[in-house]
Amino acid sequence: MTETIIRVCMGPGGIAAGGADVLAAFQSGLADAQVSATIENRCTMHKVGCLGLCAKDVLVDIIRNGDKKTYELVTPDMAGRIITEHVIGGTPVAEWLVKDDYHAFHAKQVKVVLSDCGAVDPESIDSYIAAGGYAAVRAVLTSMTRKDVIDLIKNSGLRGRGGAGFPTGVKWENCSNVDADTKYIICNADEGDPGAFMDRAALEGNPHAVLEGMLIGAYAIGARIGYVYVRAEYPLAVERLNLAIRQAAEHGFLGENILGSGFGFTLRIKLGAGAFVCGEETALIASIEGERGMPRPKPPFPVYKGLWGKPTVINNVETLANVPYIIRNGADWFASYGTEKSKGTKVFSLTGKVRNTGLIEVPMGITLREIIHEIGGGIENGRRFKAVQTGGPSGGCIPASMIDLNVDYESLSKAGSIVGSGGMIVLDEDDCMVSVAKYFLQFTQAESCGKCVPCRVGTKRLLEIMERITNGNGQESDLDLLVKLGNDIRQTSLCGLGMTAPNPVLSTIKYFRDEYEAHIRDKKCPAKVCKNLLTFSVIAAACKGCGACLRACPAGAVSGEKKKLHTIDQTRCVKCGACFDACKFKAIAKD
Amino acid sequence: MNIDIQPFIDRYRAADGNIITLLQDIQHECGYIPEDVVFALSDALDIPASSFFGVATFYTQFHLHPRGKTIVTACCGTACHVKGAERIIQAAERELGVTEEHPTSEDGQFTLERVACLGTCSLAPVVLLNGEVHAKMSPDKLRREILRFKEAIHD
Ligand SMILES: Cc1cc2nc3c(=O)[nH]c(=O)nc-3n(C[C@H](O)[C@H](O)[C@H](O)COP(=O)(O)O)c2cc1C
Ligand code: FES
Repeated sequence: MTETIIRVCMGPGGIAAGGADVLAAFQSGLADAQVSATIENRCTMHKVGCLGLCAKDVLVDIIRNGDKKTYELVTPDMAGRIITEHVIGGTPVAEWLVKDDYHAFHAKQVKVVLSDCGAVDPESIDSYIAAGGYAAVRAVLTSMTRKDVIDLIKNSGLRGRGGAGFPTGVKWENCSNVDADTKYIICNADEGDPGAFMDRAALEGNPHAVLEGMLIGAYAIGARIGYVYVRAEYPLAVERLNLAIRQAAEHGFLGENILGSGFGFTLRIKLGAGAFVCGEETALIASIEGERGMPRPKPPFPVYKGLWGKPTVINNVETLANVPYIIRNGADWFASYGTEKSKGTKVFSLTGKVRNTGLIEVPMGITLREIIHEIGGGIENGRRFKAVQTGGPSGGCIPASMIDLNVDYESLSKAGSIVGSGGMIVLDEDDCMVSVAKYFLQFTQAESCGKCVPCRVGTKRLLEIMERITNGNGQESDLDLLVKLGNDIRQTSLCGLGMTAPNPVLSTIKYFRDEYEAHIRDKKCPAKVCKNLLTFSVIAAACKGCGACLRACPAGAVSGEKKKLHTIDQTRCVKCGACFDACKFKAIAKD
Repeated sequence: MNIDIQPFIDRYRAADGNIITLLQDIQHECGYIPEDVVFALSDALDIPASSFFGVATFYTQFHLHPRGKTIVTACCGTACHVKGAERIIQAAERELGVTEEHPTSEDGQFTLERVACLGTCSLAPVVLLNGEVHAKMSPDKLRREILRFKEAIHD
């Protein structure tokens, strides 16, 4: 009897690429095949979390008698042939299997947090338990004291994955040492970095691991109530978390007297309402309390005075998802990955102009070169690598010249950026660094909660200067002003949002000063991105008079008869670039 | 808006007395946060209306005006931004006749919204049409999708 398991990627990428339709196609295809019943065939279908290489979604694993083959870019109409030839016939459809780049993508990765994503069914607690899940909680509750747990996590060297990199064991110890009748543990799943989805994938791919990590944390600090604060934009994550909580309660991992240990824990979900600043821990607390999500001055730190004034530990999703694996495999195992001060692995969301975009998990200390050129497969369309942006709106840009930089908390911060929550956006020669910095500043400026003056007013002024530079009205003195103002905002803001908001500007000035100068002195955007510094014109020799640009122009700025040279009226041109995109003959010049 | 506010009050009292949850409840029922409902609840619960509006205007999730039947959500996250989200938004604005200040079309059919990252960055640029993910968008592809929705309305 052959035993076949089919796994269809239903991670964020898989679903967006049509994973549900592919799953349905396999289901109906199998039903049809079984009707004919020529072959004895037992086949189970799994929906799995992110398989990593989202650029090749929908990814489908076929595991036939333990032999795993992976198909890429699967569409519903491919299901039939895969079922007949591979599932039934035993011969994989070679041309649809993943290619070398898929293997290269995985070769340098080390999976801890994502190790079960793609293997376990995120909607089944039994699947997680079969993979070793909840063994850590059992070990903790039956044979470890709170101090044992804290010491183990301290020894592992685990640091917070939410941005600041604070040692998790120390945070737990501080909270554990506070004497209070009520304490809370909160999982921060607000994932504010616009352009990153590590936490979403962890929650959707293996929600029980996050839950197990929270249980262990709660036991260590002595909390009986926990909250998961999730972005409203992640409905599937919420659905799977709710399901996971129900299943865990049914299995006796939540509620009173868990596993007969006397320890009890309940878990609630809070939906975020859309505010970046609510990822900041004190603002998040205000938001759970039902107020505007405005940060509160620290100290007092939440471990002493947090939710409703009670001692509270806030940890990021990925931090918590590491915990069960550390308990299961030991502190030394975890600490064997990474560098002296940054232990373990980190999940990054690798996007932008690389060939292989997707979620990657790598040991701390890996170089940017390995990530971008080996895992990422290099820059798409043969363009030149220019910079990589890490840490989202709080981070910075690292130039191509520093590609051998190690990716860990210390090295990135020395280079003027941060590990942050794990966003990693690769930029190529077509990206304008001034414009990228402006983009992040627009974001933080709009998201500033307005409580403190440096952030509320300072980011606004910074943005105005950036706008005038990209509009061609920059002044020589603007660069010094940006640096001075940026440093003032960094030093005087109330919370991390303001303290880090100038980073994208400061780091791009540090590494790409010449681009700023080109905007200011020559009124040119070298990457040809900043609209107001561009002129669109028709290249007479190439124009066929097809009229595509005329039809595309929203401003009526193009004129010309059919089959004759067209022209652009510069006074009416709104510089939208529609003509440039529409022209099939490369007859529009953009300078 | 003609709506019975008693269920809101009951659920508010039964839960944890949290204004955000209450507003989420109102928006779930009404599609947006109607002014008169807020004033009625303010009287009934003896909470200043300013507390409601303070919270409602702080979070991007809450809408103080009715929204269109079809919601076009364009991602402006970083990954989508570097892959040309700006041009997609421009195309949508032109196609729907809306602006950032007036995001709902004259006929009340469409609302264009921006969001910072939908968590599907590898498929950037991404647009949601009534919550359904459309990956690797281009201005042209979006125009065609919108036309499909427009035709469906007229049928
Ligand atoms: C503006 C701002 C946004 C933040 N957003 C997040 C977030 O989305 N997710 C997160 O885990 N931490 C975020 N943080 C960091 C949290 O404040 C906090 O340090 C973290 O959740 C602690 O967990 P960890 O120690 O496990 O990293 C943010 C901080 C700031 C200042
Ligand atoms: S940036 Fe658009 S989906 Fe993440």
